[in-house]
Amino acid sequence: MTRPAPHSPNIGTSRFPDAPLPPRAGAGLKPDHIAAILTDDYRIGFLEVHAENYMGDGGPAHRALAAIRAEFPLSVHGVGLSIGSEGGISATHLERLARVVERYEPAMVSEHLAWSSHDAGYFNDLLPVPYNSASLERVVSHIVQIQDRLKRPILLENPSTYVAFEQTTMSETDFIRDIARKSGCGLLLDVNNVFVSATNHGWKPLHYLRDFPLELVEEIHLAGHAEDVDDEGDLLLIDAHDRPVADSVWKLYETVISQAGAVPTLIEWDNDVPEWPVLRREAQLADAILDRLGPGSLLGSRHAAE
Amino acid sequence: MVLLPGRKTLVNGFKDTFKENNMSQKSLIGASALAGAVAMAISGATFLASTDGASAATEKCYGVAMAGKNDCAAGPGTTCAGTSKVDFQGNAWKNVEAGTCVSMKVDGDRMGSLEPLTRDIPA
Amino acid sequence: MIEMSQRSFGAALLDPDLPLPDGVIGPRGKGAQKRFAVYRNNVTVSLVNALGDIFPAVQRLVGEGFFRDMARVYLSEEPPRSALLFEYGGGFAAFLDRFEPVSKLPYLSDVARLERAWLDAFHAADADPLRPESLGAIPPESLGEVTFTPHPAARIVRSKYAAVSIFSASREERPLDHVRPLDPEDGLITRPRHEVQVRQLPSGAADFFEALMAGMTFEEAANVTLERHPEFDLPSAISAMLEAGVFSACSSSQANPEHTA
Repeated sequence: MTRPAPHSPNIGTSRFPDAPLPPRAGAGLKPDHIAAILTDDYRIGFLEVHAENYMGDGGPAHRALAAIRAEFPLSVHGVGLSIGSEGGISATHLERLARVVERYEPAMVSEHLAWSSHDAGYFNDLLPVPYNSASLERVVSHIVQIQDRLKRPILLENPSTYVAFEQTTMSETDFIRDIARKSGCGLLLDVNNVFVSATNHGWKPLHYLRDFPLELVEEIHLAGHAEDVDDEGDLLLIDAHDRPVADSVWKLYETVISQAGAVPTLIEWDNDVPEWPVLRREAQLADAILDRLGPGSLLGSRHAAE
Repeated sequence: MVLLPGRKTLVNGFKDTFKENNMSQKSLIGASALAGAVAMAISGATFLASTDGASAATEKCYGVAMAGKNDCAAGPGTTCAGTSKVDFQGNAWKNVEAGTCVSMKVDGDRMGSLEPLTRDIPA
Repeated sequence: MIEMSQRSFGAALLDPDLPLPDGVIGPRGKGAQKRFAVYRNNVTVSLVNALGDIFPAVQRLVGEGFFRDMARVYLSEEPPRSALLFEYGGGFAAFLDRFEPVSKLPYLSDVARLERAWLDAFHAADADPLRPESLGAIPPESLGEVTFTPHPAARIVRSKYAAVSIFSASREERPLDHVRPLDPEDGLITRPRHEVQVRQLPSGAADFFEALMAGMTFEEAANVTLERHPEFDLPSAISAMLEAGVFSACSSSQANPEHTA
C-alpha cells in the first residue's frame, strides 16, 4: 500500500477559490445559519458540512452551499461511508462522495472510524468496531479504496464509544496510528470524543493524547456532550452535540494546541441548534485559544510553514 | 381549490375554445386548436419562467428547510424509545377507534377522526 | 476468537428483545446493557426524527405520540436502505395502507405520497422550466408532434381522497373543517425555481401531464385526455404546466430539440 499523492492545488478551471482550512475556528454548517454567516462581520475561519446532506442532484441545498463555498474554505465530513463495515464499503456511496468532492473542491475530506451500514440497512449512527488485526486490515483497505477514488488523502476521526469488545486486542491509539501509517490518511482528532470515550472506558484522557500521533492531526473537532449513567450507575457520557463545549474538554483542547500547534478547529452543534451568535461565541473561544497557545507549541509552526 | 405555498392559481375558463372545433372521429383536437390553445395559454398568464432574474427578493434567502438530514449526533441516552417495545395490539388502540369525526365534512362515518390519534405509550 | 458480527449487532439495534450481540461488553468487567442501549436509542430516535421531518403533515394528522410509535413499527420493518436519510420513507405510504390502526384514515397514505414527492422534488436536479417563448416559437402545424422533457422535480400524485387539501392544510397548520375528504384530488409537485410548489390539478390535467411525461406527442396526449375528460380545459392546463414548470424542454422533432435557453 502506498501513500497517495498529496492534494494538488486546484487548477485554473476551478469554480471556487482554492482555500486551505486556516488554523482557526470553523463551524458545522446549518441551513438556518447561512444568511447570518454570509452577512456577519465576524468571518468564520471555515465551514464543514456532512457530505450526505449534499448528495442529492440539485435544489436549494446546493444553491446555499455554493454561496458559502464561494466565500469560505470548506471541509466535507462524511457520516455514511461505513469505513468499518464488514461487508465492504458501498461503491455507490463512494461515487456519491466523489461527486460532492468534485462539485465543491473542499479543502478537507474526512470520515469516521465506525460503521453504519450492513446488508440489512443503514443505521444512521456511528457504530463501534473492535480493535484487532482483522479489523485493522479491513479499515486500511477501505481507506485506500476511498483515497484512490478521491485522488487525495482523507482524515480519519477517532470515535466516541459506549461499549467494548471481547475481540479487541489493541488500544485505540495504536489502532489509529497503524491505520494512518498503512493507509497514508491524516487524522481528525475529536477532543470531545477523547473525553467521552476516556470517561466511558476508564482511560485517562491525557494518556490517550500522549499515545495519539498528534503530528498527523490536521483538524480538530469540539462539541458538547450529555451525561447519563451505565449499568453500575457510574457516569456515562453521550456525544450529543447539543450544547456548549464542556470546560473539561476546553482544558483538554488547550493541552492539544499547546503541543500540536494551531490546527483548524470545528465546533459541532447538531441537536437543539442555537442561533448563529451562540455558535459563533464557541468559535471565538476556540480562536482565542489558537491565538494564545498555537504559536508557542511544541510541534511549532508546522501549519504556518505549509 | 386549494393552493399551496406559491399559491399559483390555475386559470379556469377558455372552455368555449373546444366547442367551436370540428372534432374528427379519430381526433378530438387538431393542429389549429392546439395552436390556439398554446397561444391562449401563453398570453393568458404571467410566468415565472419568463422573468429572468425574478424573485430577486428571495435570491439572497438561503433559509433552507432540509428534511431528513444526516447529522452526526448521539442524542437520547439510554432510556428512550430504542429500548422499549411498541405494541399496537393492546387495548390502547380501542381509544383511537372510539374517536369521533369532528373536523372534516364527511359523508357518512367512514373517514374516522382527524383529531390527533392518541394511545398509551409503553413505558 | 470469533469475529464480531455486524449482522447480529444490527439486528439487536432494532429489536430490544434480542440479547446483547456476541462480544459486546462493558470495560473492565462492567455490564453493557445500558451502554448498548445508547446505540439502540441513537438509531431508533434519529430515524423516527427523520420520518417526522419528512412526513410532518402525516405526523400532525395523527398526533406526534402516535406518529412516533407508528414510525418505530415502520422502521423495524423497513430500516433505510440508503445512507441518504432524505431518501428514507419510500415505503412509508404503502406501510400506512396496510397498517391496520390507521385504516380509518384512508387518505393518510396519499398525504404521505405527497410529502415523499415534495422531498424528491426538493433534491431533484436543477433545470430551467420550459419557457413559453420556446413553445410559442414552434410553427402551428408542427405543434401536434411536439414532445416534452419532464422537469427533474416534477411529480404527480393522484388520490381518491382530498389528499392535496389535507396535505396543505396540515403543513400550513390550518384547520381542516372546510375539507371534504371524499373529493378526489390530483396533486402536482414542481420546483420551477428554488421552491417546491404543490398544486391541486383540475380534472384531466393529471392524465394530460402524465401522457406528456411518458413521451406522448402534444396531440396524442390532448386527445387521450379529452376522450376521458370531455370537460378538460386544455389552454389552462398548458398555462399551468408552463407556470409550474412541469417540463424543462420541448422538441418538435427528435432531430431538432428545442431546448430552453
